[in-house]
Amino acid sequence: MYPRAFDYLVPRTREEALEVLAERGSEVKVLAGGQSLIPMMKLRFASPTTLVDINRLPGLDAIDAVNGHVRIQALVRHNDIIRSDVVRAENHLMTSTAPWVADPLVRNRGTVCGSVAHHDPEGDWASVMLALGAEVVAESRDGGTRVIPIEDFLVDMFTTALEPTELLTEIRVPRYERGGGNYQKLERKVGDYATVGVATHLELDEAGVITKAGIALTSVYVRNLKVTEAEALLVGRAPSAELFGEAAAIAAAACDPTSDIRGSAEYKRNIVRVFTERSLAESASIAQGS
Amino acid sequence: MTTTEHAPKTSPEVCGVGHSRRRVEDDRFIQGGGNYLDDIELSGMLHMAIVRSPLAHAEILSIDTSQAEAVDGVVAVVTGDLLAQYDLAWMPTLSGDTQAVLATDKVRFQGQEVAAVIATDPYVARDAAELVFVDYEPLPPIVNPQQGLAPDAPIIRTDKEGKTDNIAYTWESGDAQATEAAFARAARVVTLETHYPRSHPSPLETCGVIADVDPITSQATIYMTSQAPHAHRTVFALVAGLPEQNIRIISPDIGGGFGNKVPVYPGYVIATAASLVIGKPVKWIETRTGNLSSTGFARDYHMKGELALDADGRILGLRVDMTSDQGAFYADAQPTKFRAGLFHIVTGSYDYPAAHVSATGVYTNKAPGGVSYRCSFRVTEASYLIERLVQNAAYEIGMDPAEFRMLNFIRPDQFPYRSPTGFVYDSGDYETALRLAMDMVGYEDLRREQEEARREGRLMGIGIASFTEVVGAGPSKDYDILGLKMFDSAELRIHPTGKGILKLGVKTQGQGHETTFAQIVAEELGIPAADIKVVEGDTDNTPYGLGTYGSRSTPTAGAATSVVSRKLREKARKIAAHLLEASEEDLEWEVGKFFVRGSPESSVTIQDCVFAAYTNFPEGMEGGFEDVDYYDPPNMTFPFGSYIVVVDLDPDTGVWKVRRMIAVDDCGVRINPMIVEGQIHGGLTEGFAMSSMQWITYDEDGNCIGSNFMDYLIPTAWETPRFELGETVTPSPHHPIGAKGVGESATVGSPAAYVNAVIDALAHLGVRNIDMPLLPDRVWETIRSHSGAEGEG
Repeated sequence: MYPRAFDYLVPRTREEALEVLAERGSEVKVLAGGQSLIPMMKLRFASPTTLVDINRLPGLDAIDAVNGHVRIQALVRHNDIIRSDVVRAENHLMTSTAPWVADPLVRNRGTVCGSVAHHDPEGDWASVMLALGAEVVAESRDGGTRVIPIEDFLVDMFTTALEPTELLTEIRVPRYERGGGNYQKLERKVGDYATVGVATHLELDEAGVITKAGIALTSVYVRNLKVTEAEALLVGRAPSAELFGEAAAIAAAACDPTSDIRGSAEYKRNIVRVFTERSLAESASIAQGS
Repeated sequence: MTTTEHAPKTSPEVCGVGHSRRRVEDDRFIQGGGNYLDDIELSGMLHMAIVRSPLAHAEILSIDTSQAEAVDGVVAVVTGDLLAQYDLAWMPTLSGDTQAVLATDKVRFQGQEVAAVIATDPYVARDAAELVFVDYEPLPPIVNPQQGLAPDAPIIRTDKEGKTDNIAYTWESGDAQATEAAFARAARVVTLETHYPRSHPSPLETCGVIADVDPITSQATIYMTSQAPHAHRTVFALVAGLPEQNIRIISPDIGGGFGNKVPVYPGYVIATAASLVIGKPVKWIETRTGNLSSTGFARDYHMKGELALDADGRILGLRVDMTSDQGAFYADAQPTKFRAGLFHIVTGSYDYPAAHVSATGVYTNKAPGGVSYRCSFRVTEASYLIERLVQNAAYEIGMDPAEFRMLNFIRPDQFPYRSPTGFVYDSGDYETALRLAMDMVGYEDLRREQEEARREGRLMGIGIASFTEVVGAGPSKDYDILGLKMFDSAELRIHPTGKGILKLGVKTQGQGHETTFAQIVAEELGIPAADIKVVEGDTDNTPYGLGTYGSRSTPTAGAATSVVSRKLREKARKIAAHLLEASEEDLEWEVGKFFVRGSPESSVTIQDCVFAAYTNFPEGMEGGFEDVDYYDPPNMTFPFGSYIVVVDLDPDTGVWKVRRMIAVDDCGVRINPMIVEGQIHGGLTEGFAMSSMQWITYDEDGNCIGSNFMDYLIPTAWETPRFELGETVTPSPHHPIGAKGVGESATVGSPAAYVNAVIDALAHLGVRNIDMPLLPDRVWETIRSHSGAEGEG
């Protein structure tokens, strides 16, 4: 690997890290798992002049259920999600997604928060967080702590609401009582980005009526796409094949995929429809059994 | 593993032919102790980075190297104009064309070498490479042969005086008239047009070189990733004008070749020229993108095949018209006489009197190189076409594809069989191999299941390929590369203590030569394989040979090893007679010893004989125990096999999954069954890759899509099917130990089996072709365009 020259800094405390960000700002890239950043530097597509390696910061690797949400801190790896009892007990969609992320090598190093902060529209986690209605927590030396709803956080392709001086410290996912979710992904091989990914999450009341619905799509729009119209259609209704078919048709109409080597736009739109329908049926079945 | 039992003749201690001896090279490979090119560091070594063209077709107006030269640590910036002063701006290709080492007049493909930076440090070299500014005037690019053949197409090879078209070669094989006659009396003609896409061998180790030209002695030591070090030495002598005795090519451990490391690349020549001028060693290690976008690709054949059938379903003749996309330079690695490699093996495993093949190679603005990616000179393309064609023929006449094959196979009693394009197949038993594969998979039950599935609206398919390969190039009468005859060699020397060294002209890249060739010596001399060191890849210390590719090492160097061992056994016989005070005629040989006929207690071991060759040899005999053999094979060998793939297909998404993959291979006698199985597993995986996901394509501007491992896909263990192997053994009658070579069988045979399985799942809809790779979107589009159609098959 032959990137351009850069400074490599390894702060030992969060304060020190925030200090560097405050001082160097836009020339800095934060290195957590590095699974997107390092390949981009290798190809010289990205050439930050400073890398701040946060891997040795203490107190940034928790996965726990506190204050009504599941907290995923900045150094939690994809494989930590797979191994986490908390996630398995608390969140079906995240449990379902983690094994689909990249390949085992990437999952050992890459982080959930890093994936969301990178905001590649082909990334899986941003869709998951949109479907779950998560919040992102950012900290800076001068601005303190901000809590940002995921929909506001994800601005555009490779662009988020995170300021150059801010560090994304954690993501908060709401807990639920009676719900279910799952991720459906079409990839050409393990480690490939999604040709199409569909995340769904449903919550039901005692009567089995949908009280909360999340649907978000990967790789079929300039950013990860939350299909609010389809979500609104589902809330207040009982799960049924017809209803899910309708929601899937809305999702297929809402996306705007491009034709590339992974498939034609028309094909991807078809997969969105098929997967949304399948995913909602699966989520409902999980929710009904929970 | 289903197998016909062949008990080894030697004990496990001796470990001759038939033993699954553990690979001796793996001790160092799995412990990180290999010595690959990039592991080599020489004192004072400089580093080279190549500047490549971002455009597919453009005139070079100017190259400004001043800013790059000003970078601290940069020693030189090399351009084509500089090389031209040494007459090195162009070099010959292995197909007798020329290729630009560094572009001077214009660039002809994206990724073409335009300049090179030599610096004290590899980072500096890359930083400075970004500061070489090239002013281009874009020209319209040609990205497929159809465009290249259009009447108003721009001429790519303006460097060739008088060139007025984009044709790289034309070639034909077989009997056109007899074939016309066969088609004239056909009851039915079945046609298939299909594209075998561009793929790339993509070895995990990219190409590289360290050129070390001593300014005082002019001795050029060139460490390079070479599958054919001796041939490369001769090419270097011819290209660079260096005296051949001053060139030593060292090919260290090679991290995969698959054909990619057969050609000579511009990077090798530039680094050597730079070392010659600067007087210091120069290292060049290719980037992944450089490897995928500029070095020897494979395939890119646009093929049309037609089968003439009689009313009973017998094949009367085959007609093939093929257009190959050569890229900017005609640089195929292949025997001189055959302009489209051995593509004329396309008649396959079937018996019919007439065939004709016509081929046209076209220059395009794409990377050159047409190497055989693990396929013995275009045999993969040929095998794919005929196996797809016979499967389709079966559908058209309403016969089961297995039955259709059985009806048309060459029968065992027809060998040696002269094919209509002139090959003489050495041996084969195609029906037995297919029957074994059908038994293993439970063919009849699967066909019944398929009928039921179709009634229920489920899609599953069964694909067969019964391939025949031609490998082991080759007999000197017909086979040469740049005039060099394709014999190969072995030099065997047994030391006084009975342990020895075997030196070969071929070069292993992972095939396990260090293990298997010692087993051949063990088989012939009874000296334990563990006592034989195998050395390859150093032209100063091995006999001349044409290298390892085209599954040729066992048919040529393996035969040479066998013959040289037998020569030495005859010397040992003379010594044994001397030691036992018996006449040679009274001596019997059994593994590892001679004994006097009738009195087995009176014996000497091979080790006794070897020791005596240094200490107590008969008067008039030369001392020592060594010999050499240059083996000119009397014929090619013809491995074959039958593969059956079962797939399940999701009509809503076009996604298909391999349920079973049965591979019955017959490569003649197996020297090391474990290594043979490993080779087959690798080839089946590559076949799966090409049929399901792997391709290098170009957009309309000539941008290469597939120049990194995010776009060019290598399957992992996760998606690779589980393989079930079977075996039949039909020895080659002309090879000393009956072996045929197996390195490429599975790559050659399996793509058609996978594709046929998917087509079979859709055959009742009238589907007859989907071009590789069979990505889900292509399958889905095909289902959609055929839905509602009446079944035809």
